[in-house]
Amino acid sequence: MLPKDAAAAEGKVNVQINGKWYRFPKGTRIADACNSVGAHVPCFCYHPKLSVAGSCRMCLVEQGMPPRLAPGATPQYNEDGYQTISWMPRAVIACANTVAENMGIRTDSKLTSEARRGVLEFLLSNHPLDCPICDQAGECKLQEYTADYGRGTHRFTESKTKKGKNLSIGPRVNLDQERCVLCRRCVRFMKEIVGEEVLGVVGRGTHNAIACYPGTELDSNYSMNVVDICPVGAMTSKDFRFKMRVWFLKSTPTIDVTNGTGTNINIWTREQQVYRITPRQNDEVNSCWMPDDARLAYKYINAPARLTTPLVRTDAGADQRPSTWDATIGLVTEQLHKCAPTEVAMIASARMTNEELYMVRALAKQLGITKLDIVPRTGEADDLLVSADRNPNSTGAKLILGKEGKGLRTIRNGVRNGSIRFLIALGEDLTSEEAGFTAEDLAGLDYLLCVSHSENATTKAADVVLPGVTFAEKYGTMINVAGRIQRLNKAIEPMGEARSDWDIYRSISQSLGCDCVNVIACPSPMAVLEQMALEFEPMHGLTWGNIGNEGKAIIETGVTIPLIEREKAKK
Amino acid sequence: MSETPNAIEAVSAPIPSPGEQYFPKFKVTPALVKEAQALVAQYPEGKEQSAVLPIIHMIQEKFGYICPESMPWIAEMCKSTPIHVAGIVTFYPGIHRKCPGKFHFRVCRTIACAMGGGEELLAHICKKIGVDPASLTDEEPMGISEDGMFSIEAVECLANCGFGPNVMVNDALHQEMTPAKADKLITFLKKNTINA
Ligand code: SF4
Ligand code: FES
Repeated sequence: MLPKDAAAAEGKVNVQINGKWYRFPKGTRIADACNSVGAHVPCFCYHPKLSVAGSCRMCLVEQGMPPRLAPGATPQYNEDGYQTISWMPRAVIACANTVAENMGIRTDSKLTSEARRGVLEFLLSNHPLDCPICDQAGECKLQEYTADYGRGTHRFTESKTKKGKNLSIGPRVNLDQERCVLCRRCVRFMKEIVGEEVLGVVGRGTHNAIACYPGTELDSNYSMNVVDICPVGAMTSKDFRFKMRVWFLKSTPTIDVTNGTGTNINIWTREQQVYRITPRQNDEVNSCWMPDDARLAYKYINAPARLTTPLVRTDAGADQRPSTWDATIGLVTEQLHKCAPTEVAMIASARMTNEELYMVRALAKQLGITKLDIVPRTGEADDLLVSADRNPNSTGAKLILGKEGKGLRTIRNGVRNGSIRFLIALGEDLTSEEAGFTAEDLAGLDYLLCVSHSENATTKAADVVLPGVTFAEKYGTMINVAGRIQRLNKAIEPMGEARSDWDIYRSISQSLGCDCVNVIACPSPMAVLEQMALEFEPMHGLTWGNIGNEGKAIIETGVTIPLIEREKAKK
Repeated sequence: MSETPNAIEAVSAPIPSPGEQYFPKFKVTPALVKEAQALVAQYPEGKEQSAVLPIIHMIQEKFGYICPESMPWIAEMCKSTPIHVAGIVTFYPGIHRKCPGKFHFRVCRTIACAMGGGEELLAHICKKIGVDPASLTDEEPMGISEDGMFSIEAVECLANCGFGPNVMVNDALHQEMTPAKADKLITFLKKNTINA
């Protein structure tokens, strides 16, 4: 059997790339085929999630096919079963063309490298070359490709076309028209993914420039994605620009916690400071995108409102004062021992990781309390990536605590009618709109214990405050609205003396006399996960390792993510 | 808007021209809407945007140029967006963003006409109507006389290469032009305000 027949039987074709034969499914783009076997094809305009423009010409490669047969002639095969390839004298673009049987591609030939050099020379002929003050420097495709394939010197001596610089094109994005390579990725993204055609190309020839129509703005909640997909420094984030050179930043893969979608992200940090968040591709969760509000929801991590030591109020009406962990845990234990379990209520959070929820459950059990619930949090879904569920881990809270927030009102009433005297607030500001407690409610309590990463009205009213951490400082897992378990990774160390929340709950349980080894001897959130994998059916077989950076679908919730559904329907 | 429009504001910044006195001001009337709708109806459903160019031509014919106010209206007429319309308007030099004069000269400078004296002719007509030839640039291809009577721009092939230099005045083509003939034509046009 000839290779072509063997490939056809699998719905594939044989393609020779740089002298070696490979098999790809029919319809594969040449660029994707080459990249998948390590023959890198540089691209500006091609983006796998957008329509193909084929306009930048950066992806030119040398291509060949078997010669066309004369009428009546039969194809000749060499001893390996392939026809000889006759190479075309002109290069073809790899992004808009698909592979074919017995096709040959050369990404390392003289023709290909000359084509690349030529394209780059044109692209740079009017480029301002302002890399020293450009935010994209270090992650700029034009810079990279010029280093890899460019000429090194340029022959262009005419004066360059002047265009708009430092233009505000939206509340969160700035545009430099001179740096733009006119790939139109930003235009296509806004039109095809967001469905708001606010960006366009105006002018002609070297005067071509990206613009929005005066009076309109790039103000969508997805606007900052154009900063990510812009291959150069034309679109920059107003939030991030001039803050830090990207090569000093460390990126940590984790997930967004602003809503139930669990958008995959990278957190970019230097030392203990978070500088930006960018989306991380996951075709089951968020494709390549993320909403702006989630992207900018990191300021509280390094804010002055962070709590860095335990705080205690020894006398009613006195100020809170800082204390040590040992002393505070001892004090809390003593105080909790005095509370009658029927008069204690605990409010946990669906913003907690599964591991934290597991430890909350253990703590509630140790205290013998039954009045326990989470704070439900809903908003408007946007038909793209923002879920109506604004808690990141409602699915986990339901699985582990069996709670969905239905008992919150009963607890509130209990506080108001005096049947609840002691309240434990874990990771929630009770005075928030969703929790619905008032300052008077809290003032009327005999005892308020609070675990929180930042100062708020509840921590101010509390008798004891234990400082926890934000999502950037912890390991753990959450289950998104679609039932997918995903990992959070620690990007920075806890602030000051703050401690991981799961460990705080573990310590209190232990100090209260808990003797369950699965709780008190747990060394890490990964170990908590393994324990949960034994206890909860949907989690069977899960380990930190096998969840991976992409997560795993473990529960059928019936909920889907609109943007992902649309993307799948398109295929 | 700031005093000098930035590169984005410039997309819809008005470019005042003395030629405006010779053309009606763009105004949306039921008749105009009907005319636009008839153009849109020529295209299949879902392809309404294809009518952008025909509507632009219609507006330019009636009002002399594509004023900033008309671009969002054109977009609305054919389910497009203002930035898409602006992209087209700024792309074609034949679509004017500034009102031309009552008599608009298009002087061909493609090779055949240029060799036959088109370049000199362009400079000559410019001087005659009081326009500095150096003021015609890529960004501002049209020059206009102070009284708004005459405007001029260099164009590419007028499809009459065998008989150059060619000049088109409004919709009439004048072949084998010379400076002397151009002078005569301008004098004639000045006297007779009827179309050439
Ligand atoms: S601004 Fe960036 S994304 Fe948009 S066309 Fe220019 S280079 Fe491409
Ligand atoms: S990536 Fe192929 S033409 Fe731009």
